[in-house]
Amino acid sequence: MSKYLPLWPDQASTMAGQVDALYIYLLLVAGVMTGLIYIAVTVLAIKYRRKPGQDAHQIEGSTILEITWSIIPFGVMLTFFIWGAVLYFKERTPPADSTEVYVVAKQWMWKVEHMEGQREINQLHVPTGQDIKLIMTSQDVIHSFFIPAFRIKQDVLPGRYTTAWFKATKPGRYHLFCAEYCGTNHSGMGGDIVVMEPQEYAVWMAGGPSAPLPETGKQLFASLGCSTCHRFDVQGRGPNLQGVYNKPVLLEDGRTVIADENYVRESILNPTAKIVSGFKPVMPTFQGIVSDEQLNALVAYVKSLNQPPTGTAGLQQPAAAPAQPQNTQVQ
Amino acid sequence: MASAAIPANQTPKTNYLTNGYGLKSWLLTTDHKRIAVLYLISVTVFFFLGGFFAMLIRLELLTPQGDLMQADSYNKVFTMHGMIMVFFFLIPVVPAVLGNFLVPIMIGAKDLAFPRINLLSWYLYIIAGTLFLHCMLIGGVDTGWTFYTPYSTVGSNTNVVEAGLAVFIAGFSSIFTGLNFIVTIHRMRAPGLTWDRLPLFIWANYATSIIMVLGTPVVAITIVLVAVERLFHLGIFDPKLGGDPLLFQHLFWFYSHPAVYIMILPSMGVVSELITCFSRKRIFGYKFIALSSVAIAVLGFLVWAHHMFVAGISLYAAMIFSFLTFFIGVPSAIKVFNWTATLYRGSISYATPMLYAFGFIGLFTIGGLTGLFLATLGIDVHVTDTYFVVAHFHYVMVGGVLMGYLGGMHFWWPKISGRMYPEGWAKLSALLVFVGFNLTFFPQFILGYVGMPRRYWQYPDEFQVLNVLSTAGSSVLAVGYLLPMIYFLWSLRYGPIAEANPWNAAGLEWQTTSPPPTFNFDETPVVTWEAYNYDEIAPKELEAPVGR
Amino acid sequence: MADSHATTLEPEAHNPALLHHFADAQQQKNAASLGMWLFLVTEIMFFGGMFCAYLVYRLAHFNAFAAASQQLSIKLGAFNTAVLLVSSLTVVLAVKAAEAGNRKQLVTYLVITVLLGLTFLVVKGFEYAEKFERHHVPGPTFSFTDTFDDGSQKIPVNPNEAQLYFSLYFAMTGMHALHMIIGCGLFTVLAVFAWKGHYSPGYFTPIENAGLYWHLVDIIWIYLFPLLYLISRHR
Repeated sequence: MSKYLPLWPDQASTMAGQVDALYIYLLLVAGVMTGLIYIAVTVLAIKYRRKPGQDAHQIEGSTILEITWSIIPFGVMLTFFIWGAVLYFKERTPPADSTEVYVVAKQWMWKVEHMEGQREINQLHVPTGQDIKLIMTSQDVIHSFFIPAFRIKQDVLPGRYTTAWFKATKPGRYHLFCAEYCGTNHSGMGGDIVVMEPQEYAVWMAGGPSAPLPETGKQLFASLGCSTCHRFDVQGRGPNLQGVYNKPVLLEDGRTVIADENYVRESILNPTAKIVSGFKPVMPTFQGIVSDEQLNALVAYVKSLNQPPTGTAGLQQPAAAPAQPQNTQVQ
Repeated sequence: MASAAIPANQTPKTNYLTNGYGLKSWLLTTDHKRIAVLYLISVTVFFFLGGFFAMLIRLELLTPQGDLMQADSYNKVFTMHGMIMVFFFLIPVVPAVLGNFLVPIMIGAKDLAFPRINLLSWYLYIIAGTLFLHCMLIGGVDTGWTFYTPYSTVGSNTNVVEAGLAVFIAGFSSIFTGLNFIVTIHRMRAPGLTWDRLPLFIWANYATSIIMVLGTPVVAITIVLVAVERLFHLGIFDPKLGGDPLLFQHLFWFYSHPAVYIMILPSMGVVSELITCFSRKRIFGYKFIALSSVAIAVLGFLVWAHHMFVAGISLYAAMIFSFLTFFIGVPSAIKVFNWTATLYRGSISYATPMLYAFGFIGLFTIGGLTGLFLATLGIDVHVTDTYFVVAHFHYVMVGGVLMGYLGGMHFWWPKISGRMYPEGWAKLSALLVFVGFNLTFFPQFILGYVGMPRRYWQYPDEFQVLNVLSTAGSSVLAVGYLLPMIYFLWSLRYGPIAEANPWNAAGLEWQTTSPPPTFNFDETPVVTWEAYNYDEIAPKELEAPVGR
Repeated sequence: MADSHATTLEPEAHNPALLHHFADAQQQKNAASLGMWLFLVTEIMFFGGMFCAYLVYRLAHFNAFAAASQQLSIKLGAFNTAVLLVSSLTVVLAVKAAEAGNRKQLVTYLVITVLLGLTFLVVKGFEYAEKFERHHVPGPTFSFTDTFDDGSQKIPVNPNEAQLYFSLYFAMTGMHALHMIIGCGLFTVLAVFAWKGHYSPGYFTPIENAGLYWHLVDIIWIYLFPLLYLISRHR
């Protein structure tokens, strides 16, 4: 791989090799197809070039041939589809025990916040061998978080979370690009992904001063007055939030939703949209009161309440609550 | 130059070109052929304008730093390149120029069903084009041709509303063209010209028209909503006010994906005409090619969300749309295979239109197959919004559509203008276009997979060599596109007079004079033969191939 | 039509309404009516985009949409629905009169149709005026404080979502009203032509096609009325 004429991107995540394998398969099939058609056209064009005294031989067509060259390519394409869909499912499903990193995009920078409280701008430090789940939102327009060396890309939308995940394998510095056009400095909205060995990473992380994100969230939870209604000891005016995250919640109008990151987010910003069964629509909106970063801290805090399973969650939980990792994409 | 001296019947008779010379006789004409010529002139202007912007883009990308222009200017340049090429060139080019000229003649009609609406279409196009030029002169627009919200509604401070209005009006121009074609093809066919005898160019335009009529209104209202949202600060697509930007993308691509078939289908129709004529063959698998056009038109409406695999749609929606997208591959492949099979045991001439047809097959094959890469979910995540996509759609849109269009222009130029073009220069241009095109766009596939995102004004140093290659190719391509314009103009005055049927081609358009009279035929033809009956056409003339 | 074409000999050249490029009147009529139907299809697609947006947001923000919907006057909406339905009837009668060659009846029905259309627009105007008064017009002055009553309690709604409802309300009814205005203009012109005797039992395609257009505009309202006015009225 030349520095001046790169023909292949770096492979620095577990996904990169898998995407490349499928890509090579596609290249092979496409190459063979292209070759066959080019050769066929060239050979036929030369062999049957116009010669005096030699007329064309009329052929109407052949249904059998048509069916053959419809079904066989379609069969081949099905292999593309299946392999591609399996890979996509992996790309879109973060492992359950991923380390979470919050990303806020704005024109034209990436703001990153680690659970430990470390903040970065246009950089993301990650250790090798660790599943990292990115929980991303945008403050303004649509951006797209793209790391070619990891073969991941995910649009980042205002007003909701989207997620992506990766597991870096090779230490080094890799490009981070914004891949969705976002205005003047779109092409400058990039940065570096710094992949480090776990020990180095630990050293780097220890250099940071801040408090862990859930801790920040806990303080906000108290200072914004959330804790007056959302109590853990007795039933308050709002639901007890312990153990709520990622569990099904029965709503006042009879629907059941999964309390994923987007649900928690919506419940803070637009509390009357989905009221939990048995509660009154009394919570005020925090739209415009909390910033995206504070929102992330609150969400991180609510999620952290799942860690010590107290078993006293104040919510009606329908039987057999599935705890499998939920894909947090919004439909 | 066997044909130069002839037809005595042509000189005294008036044809559509000599029927009135004043400006008024052109600007108020309802003759579909004259309207086609008006379109020809206007789309050519827009093509070269769009091409000029393309050259600016390629020049800027010669170096990794943004040094030729400012970031904002670059964003406007690629936006205007995209909008002009998509809405003012690619969508109208083949239907409005070749289709307008040929659809009535090929089916033995005197005109389109609604000649005045046809003229209205052209005026709408001109109004839209003028509006867009005005928008460009007062500062342009920088949203990308896709108008993605919320950037287009709250992010951009350029003339989005005016550009949107221009696109809206241009949309109605194409709605009316499509409506006119459908009615004409249904109601105006000559006696005996049954559906299974229609030339494939007609089938292709028919399928295209279906998309125009069904899809364009949706993008029209979507753009209106964007404009209204921008003007009155509403929240229809703005998440801050309760809207959903993904809804915009769904509505936009519901039209704009089928729109790519508006562009490519008519060119495919042209290629079917060229291959049969220059192989002296009936088309292989007529029914399958005809129905594949309709299949593409219908399936084209079911795959729009494949533009949104990383946009935040649900996992399962993405899988369904990926699956449906592969279905489109089948009718497209059927066409390519049938064209190739048509060559078998033919009597193939390498006249310029045929070279363009070969070029079409070559470029469309690559463009189509790389489309499968993008339909494959796991790959799309990596290559979407990179230069891979840019290369893919240029292979189809520019490689495919323009190869078909230029092939058709050479093929029917004698009919349109009554003159022959210089064959040697034409062959050279076909070669330059093919080579220049591959030089320009093939490196972009590599660039995309390596990770260069699209719409980038500056880029990391390691992408430079591939970008330089691409820019070098684009200059060859530019020469290839300029040449035909020059020698077509030259031929208007100096080209040898064309016979009624210089290629001994089948099809009703060759049975009338070149150029045709105002009402196309002296008497309504009665069709008793299948399309492409090359076995029945004057074999003795076949002995002396059209070599000039 | 261009004039110089008259030289071509056409046996039925006596029919002044037959355009030169059609073989006979039947072909012309068929072409015109197919064209009109296709145009109606484009209209449906045009409104379809907005219906689609409406449905998506109604599902997403049901409470706000229901609360906002209750600000509309069902009485005025129902009255307008009735007006439009009657106008569709008069259009049918006009077409019938044209078919029978009854010029006087034709003109009368056309005029009644236009009057009904104007009635609709005037009522709509009053409704719009009321929205202005109550600051229900989307924009900087928008305000919405009503709540959604789900039967057991009053739930406050997000004003942004209510504004979304009113944005769509104005976009859809405004676009519909624009079509009504065009329709009224069309029928006025047709009434004048009819008065001058342009139409005969052999040629009344414009009346028929304008009638089709009017029915479509009517049908769109038939969908708009329940979607916009009658959300959650069953509670």
